[in-house]
Amino acid sequence: MIDPTDPAFWPRLWQGLLQATGETLVMLVVTGVVTAVLGLLVALVLLATEEDGVFAAPFGSRALGRTINLVLGAIVNVTRSVPFIILMVALIPVSRFLVGSAFSLQGTIVPLSIAAIPFFARIAEIALHEVPPGLVEAGRSIGASPVQLLARVVVPEAVPALIRGFTTTLVTIVNYSAIVTVVGNYGLGSFAYINGYQRYSVIHIIAVVVLLVALVYLLQAVGNRLASRLSHR
Amino acid sequence: MIVAEHLVKTYPVAGGSVRALDDVSLTVADGEVFGVVGESGAGKSTLIRTLNLLERPDSGRVLVDGVDLTTLPEAELRRARHRIGMIFQQFNLLSSRTVRENVALPLEVTGVPRAERRRRVDEILDLVGLGDRGESYPTQLSGGQKQRVGIARALAARPSVLLSDEATSALDPATTESILALLRDLNRELGLTVVLITHEMDVVRAVCDSAALLENGRIVETGRVPDLVVTPGSRISRALFPLGERAPEPGRTIVEITFTGLDSGEPVIARLVRDHGLDVSILGARIEALGGRQTGRIRLSLPGSAEQNAAALASLREPGRLVEVVGLADPEAAR
Repeated sequence: MIDPTDPAFWPRLWQGLLQATGETLVMLVVTGVVTAVLGLLVALVLLATEEDGVFAAPFGSRALGRTINLVLGAIVNVTRSVPFIILMVALIPVSRFLVGSAFSLQGTIVPLSIAAIPFFARIAEIALHEVPPGLVEAGRSIGASPVQLLARVVVPEAVPALIRGFTTTLVTIVNYSAIVTVVGNYGLGSFAYINGYQRYSVIHIIAVVVLLVALVYLLQAVGNRLASRLSHR
Repeated sequence: MIVAEHLVKTYPVAGGSVRALDDVSLTVADGEVFGVVGESGAGKSTLIRTLNLLERPDSGRVLVDGVDLTTLPEAELRRARHRIGMIFQQFNLLSSRTVRENVALPLEVTGVPRAERRRRVDEILDLVGLGDRGESYPTQLSGGQKQRVGIARALAARPSVLLSDEATSALDPATTESILALLRDLNRELGLTVVLITHEMDVVRAVCDSAALLENGRIVETGRVPDLVVTPGSRISRALFPLGERAPEPGRTIVEITFTGLDSGEPVIARLVRDHGLDVSILGARIEALGGRQTGRIRLSLPGSAEQNAAALASLREPGRLVEVVGLADPEAAR
């Protein structure tokens, strides 16, 4: 039980909030960067290996293209169906292997990324799909290679939609980041859970909720602003 | 020169397949404007997309300047496409790029250095009359301006052939006219070979040297426009000179006379009246400038049957003039 009348209560609260916010931001930024890169890559592979994709038949083999598409699609689906709390526990050995320790701040990046990548991949895939097929056709007509089609036509045209989708993904990462409490006391979610729930301090919960709402609003506002600035439709 | 030989393309549809191209062959001479006309669903779009292999035919060959595109490996096919520009009904401009950047795209793809790219983009934008809109985005342009950007992009890499997929179908009549005039100028100034598909006969009238009629995936008629005009029974010619429905006129022969060049001044009707004593009435007439030549068609109604008028009609037949009996008198009614 935390006593709010204790003179050390408020300084401790601010101190704790500051540190937890920092940790949440670390999780958000690192996971965000990893997710943006790898999620987009997965989306591009899924898109390109579709029936009429630009890499429908890599090395001249449609069977290979179809296999890549099916396997990658299955991985995405399976990962997306496992609840994050279960996924995180299951990934403890993987985190240990990749970053040395599962129960550290950097250890949380692994499950967060592995959950967020397929989430963003599906959203990015939808965004890339929205690029009018006529533009790809125009690109083919001027003799663009498959890589040029993706890099110079499809991705640039999808940028506003990709940004909106990525904003949604970041909000989801903020959400997931609360669940890392399972492996350690990191970030705002843990701070609220441990101090607010386990130690009965409503003030802690209110403070964290206010901060999280502000964070999500900020992300959404920046995302929207950026997307509409880059959209020339 | 573009030669298509025996192109066949089928698409699977529910419960079978549809033959979009059914043994299509055509030859487009260097420097000409070749129009493929036909109703929607005739296979026009498939045909033009086959000419740069955006659509691969099931069988048949496409030769551009003697090179068979169907046998080229992917990388070489891409290089061949640098020599074939294409414009589209919906323009297909990249919304994320400015006009300049859109036009520069083919040059980026071919690896042209930045400075030269800049010079070429300036040059080609001036050519299509958009020198001052380089920094605009496509959404800020009118339909006609967008198509001009499309044309500039298609021509940036200096192709010898331009394919036009219904390029004016989304434009209003005045804009269509200006775009067609631009295509005509580019064809003349650059010696550009143009293949266009359209469902508008106005396009054929305005710019085409040759034309082909596509129907159910088959070419049912093809030739140079001035020749088609004086070819008996030509459906392209009929579409070029719409004289309306022929009302049945019992006891009379309906004749259509097509004049090429300016012999339209000849007193054909006067001769029929004076020399043959015929009671001629004019049912319709139309004069068009085809390929810069005045060409006219007139529909007349003569009393009596075709046999009775044979001598009079024979006297009208001359080289460069087509005399066609299009409606025969009903012998019962003539009595």
